[in-house]
Amino acid sequence: MGGRTVTRADLCEAVYTKVGLSRTESAELVETVLAEISDCLVRGESVKLSSFGSFLVRSKGERIGRNPKTGEEVPISPRRVMVFKPSNVLKQKINTALSGDGE
Amino acid sequence: MTKSELIAQLAGRFSQLGAKDADFAVKVILDALSDALVRGDRIEIRGFGSFALNYRPPRTGRNPKSGEKVSVPAKWVPHFKAGKELRERVDLSI
Repeated sequence: MGGRTVTRADLCEAVYTKVGLSRTESAELVETVLAEISDCLVRGESVKLSSFGSFLVRSKGERIGRNPKTGEEVPISPRRVMVFKPSNVLKQKINTALSGDGE
Repeated sequence: MTKSELIAQLAGRFSQLGAKDADFAVKVILDALSDALVRGDRIEIRGFGSFALNYRPPRTGRNPKSGEKVSVPAKWVPHFKAGKELRERVDLSI
């Protein structure tokens, strides 16, 4: 396993080296992409990025949880959560690359 | 929103980018994310979320139709965890 953590800065760097934009513009572009995706999800819209995956918004009903420390029952309020569903292409890429060095 | 809609948005926002460039820029970003996961790296984007790989050990599954046993090999599945800011924004807006 790689063990490194890829951050925003790495995405900006990739855009900067491959797309003909300045560093500032590259950072702006990455922010815009993230903001577009986020805003869609906030509106409750799903975001489908083919060959990567989709971000979906799910509504969860109320349920009873438990405080694992005290065993006390606590109601969990209904909420909206987002989930990422990786595409088959992405899942396949990951498993072809990592098969063999099972960790 | 689909990838092509995202690309169109981007091309509209960045006048210096043509449709081709916007398409390429989105590809560069998504490839950087995929490549990171393929290397086994994690991804952490503050305010947005993080991606990590979860291990699924090998198991014996069953063909639900025939009841036959099949061995399912170990695999890694990508997992996304929404960042605090986005998680709260998604939950609040109804």
